[in-house]
Amino acid sequence: MAQIEVEQLVKTYAVSERRPGLWGAVQGLVRRRQRRVKALDGVSFEIGRGELVAYIGPNGAGKSTTVKVLSGILVPDGGRCVVEGRVPWEERIAHVAQIGVVFGQRTQLWWDLPVVDSFELLRDIYRVEPPRWRRNLDELVALLDLEPLLDVPVRQLSLGQRMRCDLAAALLHGPSLLFLDEPTIGLDAVSKLAVRAFIQRLNRERQVTVILTTHDMDDIEALCDRVMVIARGQILCDGSLEALRTRFGHQRRLTLELADPHAPLVPEPGTALLGREGARVSLAFDPAEVTAAELIGRLGARYAVRDLWVEELPIEEVVARLYDEEAAA
Amino acid sequence: MRGYVAIAQARARVLLQYRAAAVAGFGTQAFWGMIRIMIFEAFYRSAMADGAPMRFEEVVSYVWLGQATLMTLPWNLDREMADEVRTGKVVYGLLRPVDLYGQWFARAFALRSAPMVIRALPMFAFAMVLLPLVGLEAWALEAPTLEGLAMWLVALGVAILLSSALTTLWSVALMWTVSGDGVTHLAPALVTLMSGMVIPLPLLPDGVRAVVVWLPFAGLVDLPVRLFSGHLTAAEAAPMLAAQLVWWVLLVALGRALLGRGVRRLVVQGG
Repeated sequence: MAQIEVEQLVKTYAVSERRPGLWGAVQGLVRRRQRRVKALDGVSFEIGRGELVAYIGPNGAGKSTTVKVLSGILVPDGGRCVVEGRVPWEERIAHVAQIGVVFGQRTQLWWDLPVVDSFELLRDIYRVEPPRWRRNLDELVALLDLEPLLDVPVRQLSLGQRMRCDLAAALLHGPSLLFLDEPTIGLDAVSKLAVRAFIQRLNRERQVTVILTTHDMDDIEALCDRVMVIARGQILCDGSLEALRTRFGHQRRLTLELADPHAPLVPEPGTALLGREGARVSLAFDPAEVTAAELIGRLGARYAVRDLWVEELPIEEVVARLYDEEAAA
Repeated sequence: MRGYVAIAQARARVLLQYRAAAVAGFGTQAFWGMIRIMIFEAFYRSAMADGAPMRFEEVVSYVWLGQATLMTLPWNLDREMADEVRTGKVVYGLLRPVDLYGQWFARAFALRSAPMVIRALPMFAFAMVLLPLVGLEAWALEAPTLEGLAMWLVALGVAILLSSALTTLWSVALMWTVSGDGVTHLAPALVTLMSGMVIPLPLLPDGVRAVVVWLPFAGLVDLPVRLFSGHLTAAEAAPMLAAQLVWWVLLVALGRALLGRGVRRLVVQGG
């Protein structure tokens, strides 16, 4: 049985609206309009133990809502959700004792207390046996290099330091399932790499299942074997990173550096213009339709080309097109 | 239980960091206490020489003890909770494997006990030791009997429980009113008047007094203070203490029910 089973999950929010301006405010006193927004519109998936899954989608697509349902904070309006045999919102306390959650945008540490005080507090709240807690803490301190941070009040930590501490805080009770909501948001390059390396180790060595929501495609490329894309409350795509790429054929990107930055461009059959910045022009093409050699030959005949290179379509591009396609539908 | 105790201790540790506020607060409260005693002295000299429902010494105790334990009064919002409700951070309490109301109550308990302890000690020193030394014996706090002291401690514990339940109730109310202005205007008037902070309850007109002493606010100030000064004996106070405990149970039940509804509501709005 899968660790997480989600079937036809539906969640609708009621959003109060009022018309703009003073008159709108007056009207709002008498009559409030409520708009219903479908945050989840029949979401289904299964996640097995030890998977590392990226859960991505544009802002407002339903990512956080899904995570909140899975972690027992939100009660859905319909559908089924079972995590390790538990229905999260029905057995909230038993459920949250077995999961870890990190929200990149807010800390779960006690702002005014030294880091180690927060860790001790979590030990008591989660009722972790002191020897086990000690073992987990020592391990996490070593892996995340927290030793110099333990006595520092949380409010004095940098964002990168705080995120490392937050990761440790979410794992002190040894959860088998970890939700990471934008764990690398706002981090510098070094901190990002440290966080990614840690997540990878955790998943490989401790078999912790990780569900990662992010807007950072480098996170996904570095970490995840499986990507689920959600938009407007529906899963658009669920599969490997490779599968996501091939959704638009095995597209390649050809970038040309022209001798003349103002050379007029002629539409090239079998390609799509991705963008132009002065002399640099990028085209997407499908090698099944037109081979790279043929395309380069044609372009070379038409323009004075100083340099060119061919690469796989970056994952950002794939996802952006997927969102566009969905928005257009 | 350990989890709740840990939550309360953490909050208390943060609150105890505000030493400057404690010193300033002590100064204001000592000054305010003196003024109130002068006012009551004027009343007693001009109007209530005989047959007063309280000895003047008992009124003095009432004032000093009220000042010493001022921080237990649930007369304002818990600002930290108010911020968390407004920003939605409050929902993350649901990620802890403990009861949500228990977490809120534990934090309120810390708020209503820790700051009181650091302000009560200098206030006792001031009112019991310093005032007689400078020749103001008449305005000094009388030492309690052993029974009075013991009963006061018990009643003070009940007062903190009541106050924490009321504070939690104010926090829960924020889930409906967001800004909390209603609570910040209503609570002080209700609490200071009904608890005896403004006028000792025994000095109220008989008809009013008979009702007010059975309301949950009397347990906040009136009951502990009168046990300390000996105005009430343990036997007289027993049914009143029991009533206050019943109130506490009811307030907890009410807060718990409203919090449950508030969480569902928050959740509907998309927390």
